[in-house]
Amino acid sequence: MFVSINWIKDYVDLEGLDVKKLINQFTLATAEVEDIYVKGEDVQNVFVGEIVSIENHPDSKKLHLLKVDIGSKQVNIVCGAPNVRLGMKTAVAVAPARVPAGEIGITKIAGYDSEGMCCSAKELGISDDHSGIIDLKTDAANGTNIKDVYPIDDIIFEVDNKSLTNRPDLWGHYGIAREFAALTGRELKPLKLGDISYDGDYQVPVTVGREDLVYRYSALKMDNITVNESPLEMQIRLFYCGMRGINLLADVTNYIMLEIGQPTHAFNANSIDNIVVTTPKEKMKFTTLDGVERDIDEDTLMICNGDTPVAIAGIMGGLDSEIVEDTGAVVLESACFDGVSVRKSSSRLGHRTDASARYEKMLDPELTMDAVGRFVEIVKSVDPGAKVASKLNDCYTKKYPHIQLSFNKQYVDRYTGIDISDERIIKTLSSLGFGVNYNNGEFVVDVPSWRATKDVTIKADIIEEITRIYGYDNFMITTTKMPLKPVPNDYSRLEDEEVKDILVKKYALHEVNSYIWCDGRKYKKLGIDVEDNVKVLNIENSENGVLRNSMIPTLLVMASENKDFSDSYGLFEIGRVVEGTKENGYANERKHLGFVLFNKNGDERKLYFKALEIINCIVNEIKQVNPVYKKAAEVKAWQHPKNTSIISVDGIEFGKICTLHPSNRTKFDKTGAVVAVEFDMDSFNTVGARSIAFKEASEMQSIYYDLSLVLGNDVRFEELENCWKKENIAELESVKVIDTFERLGIRSITIRFNFVAMDRTLEMEEVQKNIDAILANLSVIGVALRA
Amino acid sequence: MFEKTEALKKLFTEKVAKATATSDIEQLRIEFLGKKGSVQALMQELRNVPNEGKKEAGQKINEAKQYIENAITEKIAELKKFEEQKLIEATESYDESMPVSVDYGSYHPITLVRREVEQIFLSMGFSVEDYSEITDDYNCFEALNIPKHHPARDMQDTYYLSSNQLLKTHTSAAQNTILRKYKSNLENGNPIRAIFPGRCFRNEKIDACHENTFFQMEGIMVDENISISNLIYFMKTMLSEVFQKDITVRLRPGFFPFVEPGFELDIQCLICGGDGCPSCKDSGWLELCPCGMIHPNVLTAAGIDPEKYTGFAFGLGMTRLAMMRYGVKDIRVFNSGNLKSLSQFTEKSFTNPSNESKEA
Repeated sequence: MFVSINWIKDYVDLEGLDVKKLINQFTLATAEVEDIYVKGEDVQNVFVGEIVSIENHPDSKKLHLLKVDIGSKQVNIVCGAPNVRLGMKTAVAVAPARVPAGEIGITKIAGYDSEGMCCSAKELGISDDHSGIIDLKTDAANGTNIKDVYPIDDIIFEVDNKSLTNRPDLWGHYGIAREFAALTGRELKPLKLGDISYDGDYQVPVTVGREDLVYRYSALKMDNITVNESPLEMQIRLFYCGMRGINLLADVTNYIMLEIGQPTHAFNANSIDNIVVTTPKEKMKFTTLDGVERDIDEDTLMICNGDTPVAIAGIMGGLDSEIVEDTGAVVLESACFDGVSVRKSSSRLGHRTDASARYEKMLDPELTMDAVGRFVEIVKSVDPGAKVASKLNDCYTKKYPHIQLSFNKQYVDRYTGIDISDERIIKTLSSLGFGVNYNNGEFVVDVPSWRATKDVTIKADIIEEITRIYGYDNFMITTTKMPLKPVPNDYSRLEDEEVKDILVKKYALHEVNSYIWCDGRKYKKLGIDVEDNVKVLNIENSENGVLRNSMIPTLLVMASENKDFSDSYGLFEIGRVVEGTKENGYANERKHLGFVLFNKNGDERKLYFKALEIINCIVNEIKQVNPVYKKAAEVKAWQHPKNTSIISVDGIEFGKICTLHPSNRTKFDKTGAVVAVEFDMDSFNTVGARSIAFKEASEMQSIYYDLSLVLGNDVRFEELENCWKKENIAELESVKVIDTFERLGIRSITIRFNFVAMDRTLEMEEVQKNIDAILANLSVIGVALRA
Repeated sequence: MFEKTEALKKLFTEKVAKATATSDIEQLRIEFLGKKGSVQALMQELRNVPNEGKKEAGQKINEAKQYIENAITEKIAELKKFEEQKLIEATESYDESMPVSVDYGSYHPITLVRREVEQIFLSMGFSVEDYSEITDDYNCFEALNIPKHHPARDMQDTYYLSSNQLLKTHTSAAQNTILRKYKSNLENGNPIRAIFPGRCFRNEKIDACHENTFFQMEGIMVDENISISNLIYFMKTMLSEVFQKDITVRLRPGFFPFVEPGFELDIQCLICGGDGCPSCKDSGWLELCPCGMIHPNVLTAAGIDPEKYTGFAFGLGMTRLAMMRYGVKDIRVFNSGNLKSLSQFTEKSFTNPSNESKEA
């Protein structure tokens, strides 16, 4: 919103104050100022001039040779404007001069000297009207500086609308002036309201059909309006504040909205004799005054004349009841509509207006009367012949409750942490329009109507009023004093962090972040179907709507998009997935770790064992235990039917490792190998960590015993392992695989057994006895020594 | 015998001088000192020496033997030294400047920044809390004093889910849960100090400055007498720690339904120091984090008596912080999965400020 300092000065005396400093103070105390524009700086040496002679240019149909009287002399000006007229007063930039359009010097135009320029309103920067030179209606003597006649000098500041969301009172200059009054300690002058009394009995009939959506509807008729154009002063203010002069009545309603924040609407009185405020019974079309036909639904509050809709309440008037040039009589609507209803209607229509933006903020219904008073005052001051032509019809259907708040000085001290004096509290609140009753440290405060629609409802709100005017920069700042207590630790968080450290520092994987929803288009490239799951209802791209139930497809997509990064890499993420819904219908959100390894030239087996190493490292580092693998009974279509396994500890199945189905793997890369691993970290976090069982190292000589075995194809190492584990050999210190190979379809493995005792040097016979027992067990599962 | 031993010594001396390799010496050792060597031969001859001369002759032979042994040891040492010198000369002088291929992994930049900030909070007695990405209307809005139809719900365009839930639009969604979690602690005299980092989602069009998925960190502190004065002190201290330099802050009123009063906190621009530059749009200030005193309704919703307890809350945009920290201009980098960008974040999770200033 643009704010004019000239306009503020109508209501607060800023004499002797540094305006830019004040604007900065406003930022710190009220709302953020985004920009400051100094207007009129670039209008120099422009005077009121009168055209005293007009000659046609001999060679040009458009150009005229003017003599313009500027008091002290006459200047010759070559002018191309179509509206030059003998005796016309206009704005003359006398060289050397400056206007927003540029520097003006003495120049030759089409062979004739021009000693300046007659300016259009646009060239002066006070309007976008460039249809001709400005036609001044002024009594000012020729040669008077234009800036002494019109308020071209002004400072305009732009307030961030977002920071006004909660302050309906700040959507007009008067509310902002109130802030300036509080900040400067100066008086806020009252609004000048016109006399609305009317001798007759006529009232514009008003029926409020939807009382739930209307707080107040005030209507007043005026007639005998003969002036059509608003004064230039008013047009300049409107223009500086981002609006455009249209005609007197439209300009006055805009002016009032910018001044006090209350939108009003002036209906052509010819088309209004029976106002009905209601929602339509069925969907309909309606053409607003911008000429656009809009779809109106049954929830949109409309203003009708009888049965004929004439405006969308709080948003925009209709084309048919628009003010036109010869409108001599108007019905003024000054109403307060329900903010939520206006907001929803305007968002359904996709049409936001200055009026709807204000209604959305929950306007003070008391304002409608100020708006009526200002309308009459302003119209009459411009057009003294205009008359009030009806009694006010004021339907005050809903009132906000009056809010009174009580608190004491201790409350303020405790909340602020500093000492703000009672006098200062009283002065601040009073200057903001609060009624203050003070008795010995106890305050009873009446919240003014313009702050009581939603903004100030509890005593904490009063703290904000006191402190923002006091100034946060003026706060003495102090530390808290707190008892000495240990910080509770969240072990699952620590485990996540450790997993990341292992993956990054030990295995050189790269951490990524991916979206929580599936990208169907990218999944398809890898031949992966999006599985049914909880969906995002309002996502732009419907292919992305389904939440992921696994980290792997998203990570596979990312991995496949990085093939120009390197020939071999791994990436991982700890993130959230959704595994369907829980009993209460809510999404079953789980924290998952996923990692994907890729090697363009590598063999899959090697990569698979690399992944196993990583898994075993993670589980061992964090839980001090080895994980158990079991081939998955069921696999997803994109997983390899043979090499998809479930990872568990203590029967808690927390993870999966898999390679890809050949169909998907070749889509990923024609030759490369891919392995994917996923942990449900929520489950993994619940696995109990083993504590370190310290065992003294034996000082005795240990004995190594290597066995080279031939394995059948179906035999898994864990079955071999079982063969010595079940012997419970106390002296078996460690078992290591030192070699594996496959030749002519026969798998061989060499295992080194290390035996040692604490108390004695082992005899070979003793070791051999154990080895024999192990070999016997092995032969049961069909494993024999290599010949 | 004397002549013979002298001749032997002379012969040996001549031969040893010619030796150029340790293998030559070995030959000489066998020739002179071996079982069939010259010295042994002289020993054989000793038999023929008359008894009175035997002792002296024996001494002479031993002397010669000693002489040869010493000379061999010396010569071997000399030759070894020579050979080692040759080895050194033949050795390649390694080029340390050759590129060495080491595989470094990388952390996501958000992880790095989050860890750094968490460390600061842990050092100030805050616990780090986890919260889900999916939440419901109550936690995200209702419990935060954002009733139905409140414009704030429009301001944050929310992703609603088919499970009658939503993706959390701000980390504040965790406030109710965390406040409840520590309510009894609070009532036993332990102030609540907690941060909760997390991923947030807003239905926005993605461009260089906007993401629909981003990271925030929320912090709360609640006790019997927490004041605005404490809030400002805390924010200044915490941010000075985050940015590793004394930070000037200013507070402006800001509207957030879950705080009262609410603030927008600006820090003096780190690039221009407040003089105005393009990155602060010539204002000298950067809007950094929203904060405020926790709204009494929010405390009440968590069962905490707002007449007895007060507190403050603040939000830190982790994604924004990471952009500032690493000079990332395009927010899309974070969720791109592009390893050419992301693999650069190899740095350890803290930076020693003294090292940093040396580099600068």
